Amino acid sequence: MSVVAMKKIRICAMKKDRKEVLEYLQRRGVVEIDSDLHIEDVGEDTDTLSGFCRTDTARLKSQYRKRADTADKALEVLEQYVPEKKGFLAGLEGLGTASDEEMQSIIDKRHWFNRMAAGVIANSAKIDACEVEIARCRRNIEGLAPWMEMDIPINTESTKATRVFIGTLPPDTVADTYCGKIDALCPEIKDRYQITFVSQDKDQACIAAICHKSDGDKLENALRETGFVRIAFFSHRTPDGKVKKYNRKIRDNEKEREDILVKFRKYAAYRDTFKILSDYYRIRADKYEVLGSLMQSERTFIITGTCPENQVESIEKDLNSGFNLYFATEDYGKDEPMPVLLDNPRTFAAGEGVMSSYGLPSRTDIDPCAIMTVCYVVLFGMMLSDAAYGLIVFAVCFALLYKFPKMGQNIAKTLRLFMYCGISTMCWGVLFGGYFGDAVTVVARTFMGRDVTVPALWFTPLDQPMKMLVVSLAIGLVHLFLGLGIKGYQLARRHDWVAVISDVLSWYLLIIGLILMLMPTQMFYSITGISMEFSQTMIYASYVIAGLGALIIVFMSGREKKNPFLRVALGLYDLYNVTGWLSDILSYSRLLALGLATGVIAQVINQMGSMAGSGVFGMIVFVLVFIGGHALNMAINILGAYVHTCRLQYVEFFGKFYDGTGKPFKPFRNNTRYVVFGDKVISDNHKEDLVS
Amino acid sequence: MTFGTVLALLGAVLAVVLAGMGSAYGVGIAGQAASGVVSEDPDKFVKVLLVQLLPGTQGIYGLLVAFIALSKIGVLSGKPMALDLTTGLMMLAACLPIALVGLVSAIHQGRAAVAAIGILAKRPDELAKAMLFPAMVETYAILSLLISILAVNGIPLS
Repeated sequence: MSVVAMKKIRICAMKKDRKEVLEYLQRRGVVEIDSDLHIEDVGEDTDTLSGFCRTDTARLKSQYRKRADTADKALEVLEQYVPEKKGFLAGLEGLGTASDEEMQSIIDKRHWFNRMAAGVIANSAKIDACEVEIARCRRNIEGLAPWMEMDIPINTESTKATRVFIGTLPPDTVADTYCGKIDALCPEIKDRYQITFVSQDKDQACIAAICHKSDGDKLENALRETGFVRIAFFSHRTPDGKVKKYNRKIRDNEKEREDILVKFRKYAAYRDTFKILSDYYRIRADKYEVLGSLMQSERTFIITGTCPENQVESIEKDLNSGFNLYFATEDYGKDEPMPVLLDNPRTFAAGEGVMSSYGLPSRTDIDPCAIMTVCYVVLFGMMLSDAAYGLIVFAVCFALLYKFPKMGQNIAKTLRLFMYCGISTMCWGVLFGGYFGDAVTVVARTFMGRDVTVPALWFTPLDQPMKMLVVSLAIGLVHLFLGLGIKGYQLARRHDWVAVISDVLSWYLLIIGLILMLMPTQMFYSITGISMEFSQTMIYASYVIAGLGALIIVFMSGREKKNPFLRVALGLYDLYNVTGWLSDILSYSRLLALGLATGVIAQVINQMGSMAGSGVFGMIVFVLVFIGGHALNMAINILGAYVHTCRLQYVEFFGKFYDGTGKPFKPFRNNTRYVVFGDKVISDNHKEDLVS
Repeated sequence: MTFGTVLALLGAVLAVVLAGMGSAYGVGIAGQAASGVVSEDPDKFVKVLLVQLLPGTQGIYGLLVAFIALSKIGVLSGKPMALDLTTGLMMLAACLPIALVGLVSAIHQGRAAVAAIGILAKRPDELAKAMLFPAMVETYAILSLLISILAVNGIPLS
């Protein structure tokens, strides 16, 4: 239950070894490398370090990133055209594995595979082009459809002695009277031309007109005046011939597409190769990024970074045995921010995801993960509080964890958290007597005609909501006091006893005193139904406790101020925080509200299911409503319980003691996307990498 | 049948109707924002769906109170009690907190959810924080739910 202790390390080595040193560190993945190192930070004597500068590796870095992207893109293309058969839960499977030899053989032939990936991308562009072409041809065939009856070439404009006009007229043109219209416009060509209506639809009337050359201009003018537009296709073929040509083109393109798809199906076997290729280039790009941030002189280079204390020794041993270098360590200063790596036992690590969403513990905080995980599980269970739902949540999480042992760390932690939450939900469900709401009672009444109730082990919240409210608030008080206690512990660890008394103990006294004062009153009795008879001494004691707490707060919480009036004024203002405590405690009433919501909606579902009666039909309806309704209820209430438990942790609990300002530890490592890389695989002693 | 029973029924109906209207609005505008995000990046579907659902709880709280009220006055079992005017008014008043606060808080929670979906569009890793802002609004719906339940539960029926 704690944060891993870190040490600063500094390595100064020969430049010729830099790639191997970096590769070693990347493989180990336990050192975070400072990239923004300044010369002044390195040594006391700035002059002797003046020869240091950084190498520009940006070109190589981006080259490798690009190759990783090419492999990724190729994978995407293959996924699009030859989808991999994946289960619904494939996301949980985690990174793949491959033998060292397999990887090595792929990496040795990486240039070849790289070209293959580029080929896949090029082919996908070809498929796109084919599809565009096919669509264009289809569109044109559609456009030619009205002209299919015409048996002369589309762009016929004239013959030896005639002129020909092929085109469209407005859709409202009437074929029988059209010639009369032309005659009226241009009487001198009457009967000296011929107009054929090829087709007519709601968009246009398609015509072909023919006349002697000498009348051509007159006819054209007359046609234009009636709205004639020449055909928009250009071809020396007849419409039929043109359509045939388009169809041939479509067939050709479809064939090409098919051929490429066949190729893709063949390439699909190389999917794993591309994955390894992508990861390989990604690792190298990362390496060059770090390499570019290192300070280097003519012959040497310097690495500074952070390493968990328990790893320092083995790193030092390995480096010293393999290379000729200088290795030094240094402790972190007392208030220096240290990268945070959490190290909790597996059970308590389950809450790390929830906690780090809020923030990681800083140097002065203790790691509250274990305590928070326990609280989370308890509160979540209380909000869902149905034994059957709990069992389902537990079973699903357990099955997933069992089935996918290689899943990513973070998902595994979250699933484990919900698995515990499931157990807790079962316990609270048994205490409050909820099994799919009142399903047992309803089934017994509807289908067996008997009156059965499963008694709650403790009490039924729906029957005694006030009791449940008091229980909720009491749990809230415990939770808040726990948070305050952790604050006290943190302060005590720093030996800040004044703060322990004035910021922690004072509040314990005040709140406990106020509650003791409340207990014997009529109000308390009417809420809880519990009558508390306090002796006069007890009542007196409660005044003293609360008063003492209040006095400490008034005089001590503004202790940083010298001015006594200001100090007391600040103290009084801080005393006003008692309303904050009140609202914090009342906030736990959501335990009651959400718990009731689960139970009541479950009851509504059961009641709706039982409305169809007790026959076979009634049973079928009941089963359907039961499954659908409870699935919905579970989904909504698990979401609600998750959100509101988070809120209670973040706002009420963490608000008492926790900043969450720590920065996460980000080691330089083989940060792969698809495959776990073995230790021995990457060797990279090739000419292309030589950077000066 | 008495006028008191009518008032009590009206209270239950208002709890469902007003809180449900609020939730419908809240889930609706959050759904529009969610659709926008998913159209850009379908992988965020589950995350934005979670945030979209947050303003939906008020409708459920309204249902909850209505259910308790209806079963208390016997409408659910088909034998409504004859309530006097005062008791009917009391039932109506008891249902009002979740009806009104449910309506208003669901609308505002919907707006907060839209903004939270904006967080997810830019920083998909901040789901927990994005969910918290709308959840803050819900506190007041929960408080009014609490009072409605306690009040409905505590009214003596003669």
